[in-house]
Amino acid sequence: MALKDITLGQYFPGSSPLHRMDPRTKIMGICLYIVALFLAKSMVSYGFLFAVLALLVRISKVPLKSIVRGLKPVVFILVFTAVLNIFYTPGTHILVKFWVLTITLEGVRTAFFMVIRIMMLITGTFLLTYTTSPILLTDGIESLLSPLKKLRVPIHELAMMMSIALRFIPTLIEETDKIMSAQRARGANFETGNLIQRAKALIPLLVPLFISAFRRADELAVAMECRCYHGGEGRTRLRQLKYHKLDWLTLTLALSMCVIVFVLGKFGL
Amino acid sequence: MIDIIKTQDLHFSYSTPDGASPVVLDGVDLNIEKGSFVAVLGHNGSGKSTLAKHLNAILLPSGGKVYVNGVDTADEAKLLDIRRTVGMVFQNPDNQIVANVVEEDVAFAPENLGVPPEEIRRRVDDALKAVGMYEFREHAPHLLSGGQKQRIAIAGVIAMQPECIVLDEPTAMLDPIGRSDVMRTIKQLNREKGVTVVIITHHMDEAAQADRLVVMAKGKVVADGNPKEVFQDVEGLKAIGLTVPDTTELMYQLNQCGLDAPLDALSDEECAQALMKLLNP
Repeated sequence: MALKDITLGQYFPGSSPLHRMDPRTKIMGICLYIVALFLAKSMVSYGFLFAVLALLVRISKVPLKSIVRGLKPVVFILVFTAVLNIFYTPGTHILVKFWVLTITLEGVRTAFFMVIRIMMLITGTFLLTYTTSPILLTDGIESLLSPLKKLRVPIHELAMMMSIALRFIPTLIEETDKIMSAQRARGANFETGNLIQRAKALIPLLVPLFISAFRRADELAVAMECRCYHGGEGRTRLRQLKYHKLDWLTLTLALSMCVIVFVLGKFGL
Repeated sequence: MIDIIKTQDLHFSYSTPDGASPVVLDGVDLNIEKGSFVAVLGHNGSGKSTLAKHLNAILLPSGGKVYVNGVDTADEAKLLDIRRTVGMVFQNPDNQIVANVVEEDVAFAPENLGVPPEEIRRRVDDALKAVGMYEFREHAPHLLSGGQKQRIAIAGVIAMQPECIVLDEPTAMLDPIGRSDVMRTIKQLNREKGVTVVIITHHMDEAAQADRLVVMAKGKVVADGNPKEVFQDVEGLKAIGLTVPDTTELMYQLNQCGLDAPLDALSDEECAQALMKLLNP
């Protein structure tokens, strides 16, 4: 097993307008999109939101295949939601009645919309992570949440932890690979056996990994102190986030999208 | 010459859970001159790394004083000034790189110091050029070799514009090519930028490249001087578990056989010439 091949996050490097956009714009845009999704009540508004999403996917140049692949892990949730909604939505138009189970037209309708909604929601958020590098994403979140610093929420610390975690994923993966090889060389078996046996086999892997992670953390903390790290106070950044014309345009469009869906809802569409 | 770092009767001991307090540093008096290139040599457990950690207030003395540019390192109000003056590079490059992108990592220290963004950009570019890693500025550090990572770590310290860099066994985890790259970078910084360098090492050949060599054993300074002088005490060094550079060892062995070989022929060149002289008297 080549642990090194695991891709970090799901970032697709590129230069589309979506890639160049400020991460904060994208995060806010996605939030507005989610709001719009929950305001949508009819075929028309869902159709509209679907068109918006399709257009964005097109602009981002993210291959459709990777989006479909990203949806695979949620298939279970989708099926589960669909089944629950089909059977448990009360309604007057009964389609099938079998023993205690009743399927109503309303149920099928709700289930259908629910599944569409979840799928669009996930695809939308994928677009964010596909087009934004993890560092920019962290920077964007830190910047957006910074008003909370006034309420003493440790935003800078959280962002720093996130970026260090991202930084150390490849290092720890490499380390895991090394420990696995070392343990295998001494006859450890990670591949066969039943679930319990395999879980037990992980102990000699996890213990050294944890010890080394703590040691690394200690050394990193000292190295950071040596470079004058003293929390977020008075810290400047090499890369300043800046809103450009494209960002204002996008935010305006995202807001109008919400308004359109809201108005459509008012007209019962 | 002005001393950038001065230790006075420096003692350090730590307490263990079973109540003992082993003495790691036992009265170290050391003056590091501005602009000098000093190597601190010692066996494992000689206290050399502990000494290094005292030079920028990562550890504070249990007894005695450490001064950086005349400022007592125990003065908490001056902590950032001290750390900005004396930068530190550690053994494992992986554990001192903070960011996902090379230039962001180099920018870490100036960011912490609140330097304006344009100035950070200038410093980052300068630091990366100084270590010869400018073309890698947008790479992910984990994809670089050990030697390259260590040079990034050095750049991260240079970006702070320190007057002195302390390197704690910076080449211990590197392959020979990485080692020589790092040593070359360090020497360049010393010669061209006038940065004071203190390198902690147990490699004899690295120690031989310094202007001044300090040998430590059991928490004490046991020898201090020009590498040529220090290495002449072959028996003394061997007694504290150290070896001498191969050239000196060769001269020493020849002397043992009754020849009159000069013990101060430290470089390969000098050694070869001394041998020539012995062969054609």
